[in-house]
Amino acid sequence: MTSENPNTPVTAPTVGEVHVPNPIIQATDVNVYYGQKHAIHHVNLDIGSNSVIALIGPSGCGKSTFLRCINRMNDTIPGAHMTGTILLEGNDIYSKSTDVVQLRARVGMVFQKPNPFPKSIYENVAYGPRIHGLASSRPDLDEIVHRSLQKAGLWEEVKDRLDQPGTGLSGGQQQRLCIARAIAVDPEVILMDEPCSALDPIATARVEDLIDELRDNYTIVIVTHSMQQAARVSQRTAYFHLGDLIEVGPTNKIFTNPLHKLTEDYISGRFG
Amino acid sequence: MINTPDQTAQKVAASLKKRYAKEQRFKLYGLLAVAFGLGFVVFLFSTIIGNSLSAFHQSEINLSVTYSAELLDPDNTHDRAVLEDADYRALVKQSLQALFPEVTERASVRKLVGLVSERAESQLRERLLAHPELLGHSERVWFMADGRVDSYLKGDIDLSLPSDERGFDDEEVGFVKSLQQKHLTRRVFNANFFTTGDSRQPEEAGVLGAVRGSLLTLLVTLVLAFPMGVGAAVYLEEFAPRNRLTDLIEVNINNLAAVPSIVFGLLGLAVFIQMFGLPRSSPLVGGLVLSLMTLPTIIIASRAALKAVPPSIRQAALGIGASPVQTVTHHVLPLALPGMLTGAIIGMSRALGESAPLLMIGMVAFVADMPQQLSSPATVLPVQVYLWASSPEHAFVAKTSAAILVLLGFLLVMNLAAVIFRNRFESRW
Repeated sequence: MTSENPNTPVTAPTVGEVHVPNPIIQATDVNVYYGQKHAIHHVNLDIGSNSVIALIGPSGCGKSTFLRCINRMNDTIPGAHMTGTILLEGNDIYSKSTDVVQLRARVGMVFQKPNPFPKSIYENVAYGPRIHGLASSRPDLDEIVHRSLQKAGLWEEVKDRLDQPGTGLSGGQQQRLCIARAIAVDPEVILMDEPCSALDPIATARVEDLIDELRDNYTIVIVTHSMQQAARVSQRTAYFHLGDLIEVGPTNKIFTNPLHKLTEDYISGRFG
Repeated sequence: MINTPDQTAQKVAASLKKRYAKEQRFKLYGLLAVAFGLGFVVFLFSTIIGNSLSAFHQSEINLSVTYSAELLDPDNTHDRAVLEDADYRALVKQSLQALFPEVTERASVRKLVGLVSERAESQLRERLLAHPELLGHSERVWFMADGRVDSYLKGDIDLSLPSDERGFDDEEVGFVKSLQQKHLTRRVFNANFFTTGDSRQPEEAGVLGAVRGSLLTLLVTLVLAFPMGVGAAVYLEEFAPRNRLTDLIEVNINNLAAVPSIVFGLLGLAVFIQMFGLPRSSPLVGGLVLSLMTLPTIIIASRAALKAVPPSIRQAALGIGASPVQTVTHHVLPLALPGMLTGAIIGMSRALGESAPLLMIGMVAFVADMPQQLSSPATVLPVQVYLWASSPEHAFVAKTSAAILVLLGFLLVMNLAAVIFRNRFESRW
């Protein structure tokens, strides 16, 4: 049982397969600081298109921080800044010429706690297309709402009560509504920050099925605390530890034959 | 020393009794405090209402008036201008002398005529100008009684005082008693109180002028303070960077909320009246001063309302690609608005009850005219209360309480509106 102390920071380079052919996102030497605190260190990671990558690791390891770099949500936190580059289809998302509003239209996000707007179901989904001017007419908008809800597997449940408040749905339905809201603006990448942590197992299973379906059209980056979930939904897994990206690889390889001692300790439940 | 299980149970039981007694005592103290508070409120309200009741009634005297042509139009011109300038007091005098033929001494006649309010003159003039055909005819007319007669009839004059010290001597008492015997007095609802402005004569004084002054002043306050307060709160809460400067601003806003209101009055006097030369005693300047006073309250309440909007809503909007301004205008502001309105209304009701700063800018002047516009001289309800409370005539005591009631009525309505806003429009998430 005597493994090395998991609380000692490691600065060894990431092991495993950091690079993939035809990546949609390429992160190079990413560092994030919250004021004085160095939250993630020198992270290099490629994310392939039309696949699911799971970011796992113990609390405070920087996986959510890294996720929030990809759509620049960290910009909204006072005192946060980052160095390094993140390319989305070859363009640096932190360059001056990148518009953050446009970036977030291309990189959608689903949060830990379902956070529908206190408006109707229809308005929740229609809000994104409306502010981005994606629909030229009301029938267009209706069509986008219909399609998004269908993709999110929620259409059958809510089609008769689109004008009811989104906050009146159950937790699992709310989270799928949030997914519908994110895909309504037709993003390329969807970031999910522990999307099932507030849901019961049945609702979780539905969202996981949905993630699997969405993989055909979208690239999905999911942060999760549940290793079973990572194993179920993802093709690649990245293990973060105290701000370092320890190991990246195909999910089945990470869970059956990890290269790094820390990864092995974590997935076998020795800490975390 | 370790207790056996038995000892432990005993000790717990013993301490339980003490704990429960303590709890009971604590509850009792709370209850007593509430009872005291309620008692004072009941006392306050019963005094005010008790005092004000008589102000809502007004005594009247019935006289038979002859629109005598010799007195009003001696040259028989039938000219409207002559009728307008005629001496209607003489008509009243004539009627009263007919009732009391034995009174001939000048001083006594003056007392006799003084029983009827000065309003009688304009009342008769208006009547005759509207119906010129009455000239030369007689009719019975109810006149408003003088304030002292009113006080006497309501039992507010202490008859045990020496006759010449109570401002209503035995001779006048005799006149009124005689009128009462002839059933020529009555008491009616005092609609006049709600339809006229201030007056030196207590029986003629009304509260409408002050109500209009208050409304005009509050209008200026609301129009200025609400948008400014909300704007400042939104900027500080949603957009401003956190640094020394914004910290300083925040501390200063909190301090401003605690500045005594009279200081704002002095500021208004120096800046708005001396420097900018705006009209004194006007609702415009009053509103400006009160909006300065209300601004910190509105900013603080609005910031609290913005803080209460969960950050997840902002993240949801930002995450979907809304710009920060869209996030605020589409999502945060609508959710915070009920709280902001509540804060604004509470600030407004404070402003409505404020008198000190308005004294400094001259709204304490006696204003008999109804304020017509923002720049015309006006007074406000609390200042009207102050003015009447310091008037010597006894009838003003009741008027003061009645004006307080009107003021409290307004405050009640505003606070009720605040509660309704909070409950009706508060969204749940």
